Amino acid sequence: MKALPVGDRALLVEVSGGEEAAALHAELLRRRAVGELRVREIVPAARTVLLDGLDEPAGRLAAQLPHWELPPPAPREDDAVHIPVRYDGPDLADVAALWGVAVEDVPRIHAAAEFRVAFCGFAPGFGYLTGLPARYDVPRRSTPRTSVPAGSVALAGPYTGVYPRSSPGGWQLIGTTDTVLWDHARVPAALLAPGTLVRFVPEVTA
Amino acid sequence: MTDRAMAVVRAGALTTVQDEGRPGHAHLGVPHSGALDLPASRLANRLVGNPPGAAVLETTLNGCAVRPRCDVTVAVVGAPCTVTLDGRPVAWGAPVRVPAGALLDLGPALSGVRSYAAFAGGVAVEPVLGSRSTDLLSGLGPAPLADGAVLPLGTVSSAHTRVDVAPQPGPPRELVLRISLGPRADWFTEASLRTLTTRAYRVSSASNRIGLRTEGPPLLRASEGELPSEGMVLGAVQVPPDGRPVVFLADHPTTGGYPVVAVVRQEDLPAAAQATPGTPVRFVPAAGR
Repeated sequence: MKALPVGDRALLVEVSGGEEAAALHAELLRRRAVGELRVREIVPAARTVLLDGLDEPAGRLAAQLPHWELPPPAPREDDAVHIPVRYDGPDLADVAALWGVAVEDVPRIHAAAEFRVAFCGFAPGFGYLTGLPARYDVPRRSTPRTSVPAGSVALAGPYTGVYPRSSPGGWQLIGTTDTVLWDHARVPAALLAPGTLVRFVPEVTA
Repeated sequence: MTDRAMAVVRAGALTTVQDEGRPGHAHLGVPHSGALDLPASRLANRLVGNPPGAAVLETTLNGCAVRPRCDVTVAVVGAPCTVTLDGRPVAWGAPVRVPAGALLDLGPALSGVRSYAAFAGGVAVEPVLGSRSTDLLSGLGPAPLADGAVLPLGTVSSAHTRVDVAPQPGPPRELVLRISLGPRADWFTEASLRTLTTRAYRVSSASNRIGLRTEGPPLLRASEGELPSEGMVLGAVQVPPDGRPVVFLADHPTTGGYPVVAVVRQEDLPAAAQATPGTPVRFVPAAGR
């Protein structure tokens, strides 16, 4: 674990990978909740956690952090968010080809995985979900689409994501959901926050 | 007339509603947002007796015009501009009483980029996640002003003291941004780090509320490779593949995948909000680092 100063009041903590980032994120939230850490933003990402808006100069915490013991995140088996999906995306056949499986197998493989929101970004409510085995990593499309419809379930690299609203995007689209990912009138506004467990449930068409 | 609202007569190039922003949601992908020249928006609020975080209008280069439906005290600060009431000049940088039905016009910026108009009671659009700010990156908050739109005004509280006049900095002829090296400075060649702090850059016309883009000598990577997305702070100097530094402003994305070579002191960012395209930019090492 390495803590890199980002100006005076922020630290970028670099870790070995997604699991350590999740453990560090959980520990940072715990310390903030009990008042041991005062910071405005805790932003996990692929291999880092950013602490922004520290109420003390970043240097002191930078020196302490590498000595922290990180308890493994507590399992959260019972609170997975279920997202019903129609596996009808325009890139379904391409993904099946990249995976070397039949098109009908893509929903089964995808829905069998248990996902976790590794981090958010790109748009409010967009979560980068990990959980598919590494052999199912796929590249982005060589030409991004100018408009991806809201509710599109998509793959890129090791991640699955669901577009909260229509936007440009280069991910491989495998399905569609009616689940509302972001509604600022709802509390909480984001259905998916870092750490949330997610399962995709194939919708059976009658 | 008791209708506490105002009609937008001329929206201008880009006029948005701004307050102190939407902190605490970066982990959900929600930008901070808020007035780019925060000292100016706070001063505008003080001039009309509002709390510092009341929502104001932020214009871009060519002002805007509104017609309040109620008597309201208004103050315009930030980029200097001609302010008129039904065509007659009134004070800039001081409170002005606007009668119901009069046309308040903020002319083009005489220097600088963004003028701020505060209205006693504040612009009372519906808050989103605790803020009334327009966020251009993710589309949260009210849409940018459009001709014919009607914006509600809040009720006047008497709890806050007013100031009648206050000094404020002029827009920069040269933008000097004090930096400390960023978390990914080691992704750039030593020569490029020297380039950043010794050579002249200029503000690019592609600048917006998301970032101050610059033109100048490109920074070269010490090694190629891709950086996994990581959290981004206000003032981060991010370097995209073309090598031209971009200083992240209020509507910046919360995570990004280009390396951050340096971070600008927060105190220097209001001047960045007022630097017109073509303004010379110098990045200088912050003292003590």
